[in-house]
Amino acid sequence: MQAAEKAREPLFDGPEWTFELMEKARDAIEQIALQDLGLDVYPNQIEIISAEQMLDAYSCVGLPLMYQHWSFGKHFARDEALYRTGRQGLAYEIVINSNPCISYNMEENTMAMQTLVMAHAAFGHNHFFKNNYLFQQWTDAAGIHDYLAFAKNYIAACEERYGPLAVEEVLDAAHAMQSQGVFRYGRPPKPTNEELVAMQKVREGYESGQSVLDIWTDSTMGRNKLELVEDADFSARRKMMNLPQENILYFLEKHSPVLEPWQCEILRIVRMLAQYLYPQKQTKVMNEGCATFVHYYIINKLYEQGQITQGAYMEMLHSHTNVVMQPEYDDPRYSGINPYALGFAMMEDIRRICQKPTDEDREWFPDFAGNPDWRGVLRDAWANYRDESFIQQFLSPNLIRKFKLFTLTNDAELPNLVVSQIHNRAGYKAIRRDLAKQYDLAYLEPDIQVTDADLRGDRELKLTHTVRDGIHLDEDDQEEVLKHLRRLWGYDVRLDAVEATTES
Amino acid sequence: MHHFIDRRANPKGKSLGNRQRFLRRARENIKERVDQSVRGKSIQSGSGVPDEGEKVTIPTRGLKEPRFFHSSKGGMRRHVLPGNKDFVVGDTIKRPQGSAGQGGRQASEDGDGEDEFSFTLTQEEYLEILFEGLELPDLVEKATVETETIGTRRAGLTTAGTPNNLNLVRTMRNSLGRRIALQRPTTKSQRELEEQIAELEALDERTPPQADFLEALKKRLEGIIRKRKVVGYIDPLDLRYDTFVPEKIRNSRAVVFCLMDVSGSMQEREKDLAKRFFLLLHLFLERCYEHTELVFVRHTHHAQEVDEETFFYARETGGTIVSTALEKMKEIIEERYPPDEWNIYGAQASDGENFGNDSVRCKNLLLNDLLPVSQFYAYVEIVDEAAEMLLNNPEAGEDLWQNYREVKAQAQHFEMQRVSQPGHIYPIFREFFLPKVKGMQHAGS
Repeated sequence: MQAAEKAREPLFDGPEWTFELMEKARDAIEQIALQDLGLDVYPNQIEIISAEQMLDAYSCVGLPLMYQHWSFGKHFARDEALYRTGRQGLAYEIVINSNPCISYNMEENTMAMQTLVMAHAAFGHNHFFKNNYLFQQWTDAAGIHDYLAFAKNYIAACEERYGPLAVEEVLDAAHAMQSQGVFRYGRPPKPTNEELVAMQKVREGYESGQSVLDIWTDSTMGRNKLELVEDADFSARRKMMNLPQENILYFLEKHSPVLEPWQCEILRIVRMLAQYLYPQKQTKVMNEGCATFVHYYIINKLYEQGQITQGAYMEMLHSHTNVVMQPEYDDPRYSGINPYALGFAMMEDIRRICQKPTDEDREWFPDFAGNPDWRGVLRDAWANYRDESFIQQFLSPNLIRKFKLFTLTNDAELPNLVVSQIHNRAGYKAIRRDLAKQYDLAYLEPDIQVTDADLRGDRELKLTHTVRDGIHLDEDDQEEVLKHLRRLWGYDVRLDAVEATTES
Repeated sequence: MHHFIDRRANPKGKSLGNRQRFLRRARENIKERVDQSVRGKSIQSGSGVPDEGEKVTIPTRGLKEPRFFHSSKGGMRRHVLPGNKDFVVGDTIKRPQGSAGQGGRQASEDGDGEDEFSFTLTQEEYLEILFEGLELPDLVEKATVETETIGTRRAGLTTAGTPNNLNLVRTMRNSLGRRIALQRPTTKSQRELEEQIAELEALDERTPPQADFLEALKKRLEGIIRKRKVVGYIDPLDLRYDTFVPEKIRNSRAVVFCLMDVSGSMQEREKDLAKRFFLLLHLFLERCYEHTELVFVRHTHHAQEVDEETFFYARETGGTIVSTALEKMKEIIEERYPPDEWNIYGAQASDGENFGNDSVRCKNLLLNDLLPVSQFYAYVEIVDEAAEMLLNNPEAGEDLWQNYREVKAQAQHFEMQRVSQPGHIYPIFREFFLPKVKGMQHAGS
């Protein structure tokens, strides 16, 4: 009720921000975010930082604490050079998936920008981090700070003990396989037989249980039984080492014949951080869309209630419009589809389908077209989808027309590129599918798995790259990565390319 | 629950460690570029390296972060693009040449497709790389001069000392700890008790329980006062004193004598080359000594000490008598720079001309007076770019060159070289100061 009384008076007037004003603005934003939109957020910790600290955060993949490595220095030097020469601006904020949710705001922002940024990061992103299933299942928001601190100290201690060069060698190699250091589909494998045996031995008195377990696993592993007949050794190895294994770093950590325990721990750190960041890579459109939708809704509400001045509102809108701009494919500024633009447009579109559905919408989205609770529909989308499935599920013909999307097929066999779909009735479904695929990391990133390693034989590590659509690996980099891999494995490493047999 | 934190005052340079690792990694490449930049660049008067640092561009090889990613060529792929204007299904578009089409490298973490990498080195980093591997000459045979003064240095805490060295913070910390441990009653508790007693005593009539209570309070007060006396506020045990130990502080000082022929035959080009050499020498020595001074001596047929501006830019006419400059240097050393306090460096630039038999005099002056007190003496002869014969043959040369060759044969810390282009200066300079422990086979590596 108080808010209604105060509504006549703007929260702030003028460009300068102070902590008192930000506190006031934050409370007003929170009111709308929680009461109106029904968001559910981690407690916020908003930190004000300078441009140099922003550059720092940039170079460390946006994490507040990071171990030391030359590549971060390189990125810092590059970003700094770009920033100092004015070729690249800095982000207004960085937000970290943690509990409490830390967001960094730049000190150069005006009060209007600080308000916009708080709505965007401290509530939009924050809600997404807390509620999206990928983040819930795969990341530990409460523990990440402790883990980062552990990682930093551990690696510093290793440097002291084994020398910075030795540590650098392991880190270089591990970084080269970062994208192959995540579990994409399932949890880390259950303990192998070997590990189970070790665990059993620790728990004395369970020896009888162990034999029961053996019988159970042997009798239930029907698939392996078939292979048993063909190649008993191979099948035993597969079982023992959980092959095929998509997480190469995990495999090396567990089975490399040459790595010392501390080196394994470093691989583990790198893959844990890669896994922590993996959900963010899968939800760029949704994450930014959610944050942009939330800030847009909130600033409009604030303006309606008279809590921000027209000048501040115009400044925010100006910035908002820049962020959601989508240049067309033949525009010199075009550099792919802007996740802010696509995400924001899709979420606004969902709201429209709920509020003012057309016949077409009712046909395409019978589940929620005309649903009066558009907030609930959006919250459900934010919680249960990632970019690929979100697009596949929610991209409407209306938006395809608005963006004038078309599919261009680039087949190396053909002399020219072919326009295979355009925004018409015949093309909607195909375009939606093609666009969704464009955000499918499993499709974008090469599918490389460890398929065999005979530790008693030649000890060669065999990797298989499953080639889809005839797209091979970049050869120069492939050689470099394999060199790193050989260092970690200690013996020869072979990478075979195999054409995918089934059409995905 | 939420809060704001102001991080702006946090210590800067959080990524300094990363930067050092990066520089070490890219050392070879950076060094190559720094050498090039110092060769080609026209060195301005003064520091030579801008305070804000030096921009270098290095090739990315060795700095690549390889990843497994899809090649941008071949195969079958579909791209969804926005902004269709008049395409219909089945339209064909020419494959763009050169560029690999959109979306080719989505998987790479950072789009470092570029072959070059530019960033800025700080002045400190720049100089360090510039002079990497160089050493002060002749350290083996003649130690550098260091003056010693006696200073004091803090050396921890002691339990005994003079009152002016009392460390209040430590003393009070000990005192507080002891008071807590021994449960010394506080002043406040004593005062409270006293107030209570006063209150009771102020009553005219006291009931028996009150009288008993007063009695008990008085006893307690007595106890407290006794305990406060026994457990003092500050005990001699608490006292801590700062201690200082005398220490020898070494000061190393160097003076660089820049000697140049400014007679008519030395034109802009010659002066510019000489200047580059002096500047490098100064920058280098500045990093080796805590304090360096420059002395400029120019000469025609007579020598005078001048300031830097006059040295490089003023014109003078006259004949050429080199020995006058050496005389002047000797004079200045005797007057102002006693060799047991100063490290003396000489650098002489000339076009090689000298009057009559003055060169012999120069030789003797150097051998008898100057070289014995100097750490190092370098002679740079600036010759015409066309004079290839001279550049390639160290034995050919005029009178002065020949005499200096004799000097070189006798004194190890004397070096001489010929230059004709700016590009020569830096390699020659490096040659002068490369460590020469194992003879010359390491030079130029």
